[in-house]
Amino acid sequence: MSGDGRLLTGSQALIESFLQEGVDTIFGYPGGAIIPVYDALYDYRDRLRHILVRHEQGAVHAAQGYARVSGRVGVCLVTSGPGATNTVTGLADALMDSTPLVLVTGQVGSALLGTDAFQETDFVGITQAVTKWNCQVKSAADIPAAIAKAFYVARSGRPGPVVVDITKDAQCAVAPFHYERITSIRSYVPSCAPDPQQIADAAALIDAAQRPMALVGQGVMLGNAEQELVAFLEKSGMPAASTLLGLSVLPSDWPHYVGMLGMHGNYAPNIKNQECDLLVAIGMRFDDRVTGDPAAFGCNAKIIHLEIDPAEVDKIVHADVAVMGDVKRTLPLLAERIRQRDHKAWIDELLACNRIEFDAVIRKSLHPVGGRIRMGEAVDTVARAYDRDAVLVTDVGQQQMFAARYFGFRRTRSIVTSGGLGTMGFGLPASIGAKLGAPDRDVCLFVGDGGLQMTIQELATISQSDVDVKIILLNNSYLGMVRQWQELFYDRRYSFTEMANPDFGLIARGNGIAYGCVERREELAGAVAEMKAHRGAYLLEVRVEREENVFPMVPAGAPVSAIRFE
Amino acid sequence: MEAMEKEQEYIITVFSENKVGLLNQITTVFTCRNVNIESLTTSESAVLGIHKFTIVVRTTASKVERLARQIEKKIDVLKAFVFRPEEVVQQEIALYKVTRSHNVELLVRRYNVRVLEIDDDYIVLEKTGDKSETGELFDLLRPYGVQQFVRSGTVAIIKSRRELLNEYLRERERLEELEKREQTI
Ligand SMILES: Cc1ncc(C[n+]2csc(CCOP(=O)(O)OP(=O)(O)O)c2C)c(N)n1
Ligand SMILES: [Mg+2]
Repeated sequence: MSGDGRLLTGSQALIESFLQEGVDTIFGYPGGAIIPVYDALYDYRDRLRHILVRHEQGAVHAAQGYARVSGRVGVCLVTSGPGATNTVTGLADALMDSTPLVLVTGQVGSALLGTDAFQETDFVGITQAVTKWNCQVKSAADIPAAIAKAFYVARSGRPGPVVVDITKDAQCAVAPFHYERITSIRSYVPSCAPDPQQIADAAALIDAAQRPMALVGQGVMLGNAEQELVAFLEKSGMPAASTLLGLSVLPSDWPHYVGMLGMHGNYAPNIKNQECDLLVAIGMRFDDRVTGDPAAFGCNAKIIHLEIDPAEVDKIVHADVAVMGDVKRTLPLLAERIRQRDHKAWIDELLACNRIEFDAVIRKSLHPVGGRIRMGEAVDTVARAYDRDAVLVTDVGQQQMFAARYFGFRRTRSIVTSGGLGTMGFGLPASIGAKLGAPDRDVCLFVGDGGLQMTIQELATISQSDVDVKIILLNNSYLGMVRQWQELFYDRRYSFTEMANPDFGLIARGNGIAYGCVERREELAGAVAEMKAHRGAYLLEVRVEREENVFPMVPAGAPVSAIRFE
Repeated sequence: MEAMEKEQEYIITVFSENKVGLLNQITTVFTCRNVNIESLTTSESAVLGIHKFTIVVRTTASKVERLARQIEKKIDVLKAFVFRPEEVVQQEIALYKVTRSHNVELLVRRYNVRVLEIDDDYIVLEKTGDKSETGELFDLLRPYGVQQFVRSGTVAIIKSRRELLNEYLRERERLEELEKREQTI
């Protein structure tokens, strides 16, 4: 217990509680119902960095970016009513992608609750479906305990977003301050202790398998279990594929890495899915963008599911053995129990599939002849300029898939992308948080012309807070991913997907951000070099081929083995 | 595989902290998966400060397990247990307001129904039993004019010799002790 019981206002208690939790950065936007907290914050400017965003959705996405690269809890502060409702998309995104966040919202005075007071919304009610936990605090004395619980819930077990809604009178009242970090809650079991029987059963399946494959998800990153994963994979000798959110857990050039799963993933893990006799899912949740038709997914394989969240087991795909608990603890136990194996022939078979993909798709993507610049080559050019060691942030759409496929990674926590919710507008604010969360690293954002315009106001945040992010706008003047579906499945009827875009150069410069534009292949590498050399934020607009498609592709709902090259 | 599974009645008992808004959190687990709740009651449990929900649903064996896991995922929920009807003792209570008549009074005697109130014009009856028993009485009374009818949700007591909630609470305490010791070491 600390805090020595000195008298503080609720607002001061809130900020002191943040400090107790090690918070150094807050993303926020003030307003009437949170003014007392902002007033208190004024005295803490030397200890707490506050980033003033331009829209509350941006605050949440920025906090997500911060949390994803740093492994810490992202923190946001907004006012009641419209300030609060503006965050809902971000909360939903964070819940889907298991991102630890604490959002503090102001609320009208407790005497006014339920009276349709000015800027009152039932925010605890509204966010029930998009938070891991939420609560309302109506007295200053209750603030420290609520914040302690919020941080504990947000970061423990399967992480997620938490909302603490604080009435204005609670922010202003005075109470003795005590702070006690929480390490357990009676009604909540963040992760269970490993079960030796489950480990033994899983080990037996692994030892018996001839064509096993590991499916690596973000859970490995969230559990800081990258080394444990590699040790397990090296002993088992099995190949590994990654989900979109699991990218960068394994270096892209790791010898037994066979590529990305999913709709626009690599050929080998999809086409060979039904030939596997064992799938070892590690911290992943069988999203339908990964499984395609779940009935066909791994239909000839036994399935082992290493998972922290009991609600995920058997939700989509039946697990023959569920190994419950934190992968940081279960992976080493499993590695201990299994035989040292070598699956060289099987891995060669998989790598051969990826060479087929290279010939059918990748070469054309990275080294096209003629025509305008392609998204793939733009991604590859940027990635090479940064020696494949930058943090990749993406928005949503074609550019997201090209970036995920071709960027490449050397270290963990190097990708920030909206997977489960697929939120356009995520990228720009998330890149701000990513840079602040990993200040020593280069941060490259790939964003489409559509998605950029969803949160484009955050350019001003970048400018005001002097955030060094490199923004690569892949401009096809289309809502490209939707246009692709219209081309392939809707008879080329391009219903409202063409964009007449603004002058992005004027917008960048209007926000005090350096800008470059490239249209010709010969000038691409030079333009990228110029962007890289620039100190500070930079927007590089790449005018790309307008009607390019992302391939390979698994048609929605089809078995993943129905993956096609065109 | 699941398409072949047949729907059955299940009783889910949920133990939780007594927190505002939790009822809504629990019911949305069912509504967003399009599962109809047949009945729901809430009350205190035998353990001080712990609340109990008794929920009756018709669904399949695998779905009901998933529903329970989703309910348990709520931070303020301690535990959700799933039972088949034969594993519990369950009761409902039904009240009937019926026009007075000779036939009604005969039924009252024959079916061992409690009389709660008698007026010149009407009589209020109470019957405890399962849904079919209270429903049967309703059908018998109907010809004589049932003016009001109300039936409570199911309340259920688990038959097992083991007290699952207490076991859970003891296990939690043991783990917390362990954790504290680890931290002091
Ligand atoms: C908020 C939101 N609205 C709509 C969509 C549906 N959607 C998915 S991708 C996409 C097109 C994105 O276009 P753009 O940002 O230009 O990227 P591109 O696909 O062209 O690379 C749309 C509209 C979405 N994912 N998110
Ligand atoms: Mg576009």
